[in-house]
Amino acid sequence: MSSKKCSTSTSIGKKQIMGVTGLLLCGFVLTHLLGNLTLLIGSDAFNKYSHALTSNPLIYVAEVGLLALFLSHIVMAIKLTIENKKARPIAYHTYTKSGRGGDFASKSMAISGLITLIFLIIHITGLKFGTHYDTTVGGIEMRDIYKTTVEYFADPIHVVIYLVAVITLGVHVSHGFWSAFQSLGLNHPKYMSKIELASKLFGVVIAVGFSALAIFCFTRGGH
Amino acid sequence: MSGNKAGSMSLNLKVWRQKNAKDKGAMVDYKLDGISPDMSFLEMMDELNTKLVKEKGDSIAFDHDCREGICGMCSMMINGQAHGPESQTTTCQLHMRKFKDGDTIVVEPWRAKAFPVLKDLMVDRGAFDQIIAAGGFINVNTGNPQDANAILIGQENAELAMDAAACIGCGACVASCKNASAMLFVSAKISQLALLPQGEIESEARTQAMVAKMDELGFGNCTNEAECEAQCPKGIKIENIARMNREWFKGAIGSRN
Repeated sequence: MSSKKCSTSTSIGKKQIMGVTGLLLCGFVLTHLLGNLTLLIGSDAFNKYSHALTSNPLIYVAEVGLLALFLSHIVMAIKLTIENKKARPIAYHTYTKSGRGGDFASKSMAISGLITLIFLIIHITGLKFGTHYDTTVGGIEMRDIYKTTVEYFADPIHVVIYLVAVITLGVHVSHGFWSAFQSLGLNHPKYMSKIELASKLFGVVIAVGFSALAIFCFTRGGH
Repeated sequence: MSGNKAGSMSLNLKVWRQKNAKDKGAMVDYKLDGISPDMSFLEMMDELNTKLVKEKGDSIAFDHDCREGICGMCSMMINGQAHGPESQTTTCQLHMRKFKDGDTIVVEPWRAKAFPVLKDLMVDRGAFDQIIAAGGFINVNTGNPQDANAILIGQENAELAMDAAACIGCGACVASCKNASAMLFVSAKISQLALLPQGEIESEARTQAMVAKMDELGFGNCTNEAECEAQCPKGIKIENIARMNREWFKGAIGSRN
């Protein structure tokens, strides 16, 4: 009983990195949603919120940390997926799910993760690095990200892509959230059903919350 | 159906045939009449083999032993499900009454890199033995059976350990997992020892060693789909996998080695 490998090279080590980074990313997504709710208050509130974030020098530390989380999550996902494909080199002639195991979300984690990644690139390119406008709120000059956002979502194609992406993300986290607890060994018969329910609710909140914001922006007609 | 006794069934079978480990193998179609609904699935396979031998053909090789659902030898993927469609039932305990007259039944071996096919439906499950040899034991001599209550064990842990020990090592978890992961099997073996005082002491080192061996043998990774639990003939729960993950983490951060 002496063989011990580097923690990150073992199956469970990789799964636990997926779990920890996934939970932290869930935290980011929720914070992002809550912050974006300032859109509903108005342009000044949203611009002030955005300015408070981007003018803080710690934003660079946060962004590097966030990038590290995304990269770790993606690299581990790719490694695990490749290993999983190798583990069954010859496929079954007939393979039927029992219907008592996983659901749609658990079966589609790789594809929902891939869609989320592609969307992330589109999202950052279109908004963070999108058209730059300036405005003044309370005597402080700042970026008018509100105008960029409502203009972006005035295009129905952008809205449809966004809705598909955030619903996919909702499906992804609805399995990922509870799955992280299982991978980290934080399983208890008393709490697990509640964590699974919370996971599904979290997925709904993410999908509905972000969708509502995009639709709200669309109804503004670019203003 | 001609030639059938009243109530008996005719079946179309698609069975994986493979001469040896190096042969490419293929699905072969068979027609079988006169199958009683009261036969077990293995008895139906025996009937097919009898027919093949009478026709001077090569009988289909498949693993079986006790035919009572406890040895873990029978291992067939039936219509795409490990041990067939019935919940918590081994192939030997599956009865033909679960199928209908005229059904087409697809029978394949377990598919996993770590379980190479030896012949037809027989696979080499020696990988499980290697995982057990890596740490699925306790290093002290426990001697003769103790007097009852000489070692106090909480009722809950005794029940959970017994539930985990119900694993018969048949490999259905690997076969049914889309990733061919062995985590349900390994976690059951880790749990049955970790939950009892004699096994608890070495639990972290044991988990490290067994998981390392499992990875080395080329099993896939768990994606928490619980298909293994759903198709396990003994109803082993994935909460054992969470326990294994916990024990592994404690060993990974706490071990001096």
